[in-house]
Amino acid sequence: MQVNFELNGKAVAVDVEPRMHLADCLRDELRQTGTHLGCEHGVCGACTVIIDGAAVRSCLMLAVQAEGSSVVTLEGLSTEEALTPLQTAFRKHHALQCGFCTPGMLTTAHALLTDEPDADADRIRSVLSGNLCRCTGYIPIVDAVLEARAAYRKTDKP
Amino acid sequence: MKPAPFDYQAPATLREAVDLLASAPEAMVIAGGQSLMPLLALRLATPSLLVDLRRVPGLDAIAIGDDGIRLGARVRWRDIENDPRLETAHPLLRETITQVAHYQIRNRGTVGGSLAHTDPAAELPGLAVTCEGEITLAGVAGTRVVRARDFFTGPLMTVRQRDEIITELHLPFWPSGRRWAFREFAQRQGDFSLAGVALFYDEDQEGRVADAHVGVVGASDRPQRLMEVEALLNGRFVDEPLIREAAEAAARTVDPPEDLHAPAAYRRALVATLIERGLRSAAQHRSA
Repeated sequence: MQVNFELNGKAVAVDVEPRMHLADCLRDELRQTGTHLGCEHGVCGACTVIIDGAAVRSCLMLAVQAEGSSVVTLEGLSTEEALTPLQTAFRKHHALQCGFCTPGMLTTAHALLTDEPDADADRIRSVLSGNLCRCTGYIPIVDAVLEARAAYRKTDKP
Repeated sequence: MKPAPFDYQAPATLREAVDLLASAPEAMVIAGGQSLMPLLALRLATPSLLVDLRRVPGLDAIAIGDDGIRLGARVRWRDIENDPRLETAHPLLRETITQVAHYQIRNRGTVGGSLAHTDPAAELPGLAVTCEGEITLAGVAGTRVVRARDFFTGPLMTVRQRDEIITELHLPFWPSGRRWAFREFAQRQGDFSLAGVALFYDEDQEGRVADAHVGVVGASDRPQRLMEVEALLNGRFVDEPLIREAAEAAARTVDPPEDLHAPAAYRRALVATLIERGLRSAAQHRSA
């Protein structure tokens, strides 16, 4: 059946089976392969995307349920020209090694800092507890998100 | 990890949704999908039809009044976390919900979904039982209200009929000055807890416990109130000896499951510890 939603600011229409979850729809139908699929049952957080401003696991949502929503994937958070403040902070702090979990870390952190640019380390840890990383031990990731807060404070103020 | 094929409908009214459920014997309801999607992925659930409540109006309100709080079935955990009125209108609800799963799950999981799914360790069913909540169901035959303590019948089992949809959870009025606590323990933050405790009590003029309510999740096949512990607390001053006594009574009362995560004896001891910590915390925290 057909589903219509906004993907990274552009209207898309896709024909999907009802059983297809949003992550497969994004990767296989719309070629947004920045969204990674780890566990496919809501444990690892790698497939996190931003739906109507909220970080959501795209494997725990049917593509047909995205009807009328605004979906932002990792591709929608960056440009070809320059690294975003979040990307810069991840690079500076070596907040990734293999990179598999990174899309989920970045989308989750972006949604968090957009809503809560003053989140402290405890809050960041608590929010990122839904994202598994097997390489870093999390400390550099938390450091990177802490550093990126400044950029979100600026953009939030009129 | 791909679900088996199913049909999908997103009806525009509750009536249509109920009729769709009645028309297909293997139909299931989906809202946030945070419990159902894993079951579909693992093919533990193989419905013929999914009826999505996303377009059904009137299910997403948090209503606060003199008779308590009414949570629509499609209210999401994040709606509860972000509603500042609940800080005074029901602080126990707010605190309990912050412990549900992870950030991304709380952004999408719903009140009705948690009640309908009924994991024995889930927070909201436990809170509903502890607070003497009532659950409204709409079906082909009409609407009915079921007390939370009668609603849950076992792991993943409730009295909900196949054609019924949960529309609302009602929690009785929360008076100011009430003392309360929620405590749970999970091996990793956000995982299902091995056990959790919700409790509250009022105080008489001298400060003795009145109307104690103590509930436990994860330590039996369904959420449970510990009447024996409540009786022990009522009419007494909360001090260390009473806290110890209540913790021991709680450990005696529960009949925890034994699984690969923890032996029954461990969960029993955990319940005692959580009751202790909860009562100590409640003695420090009074609602505004």
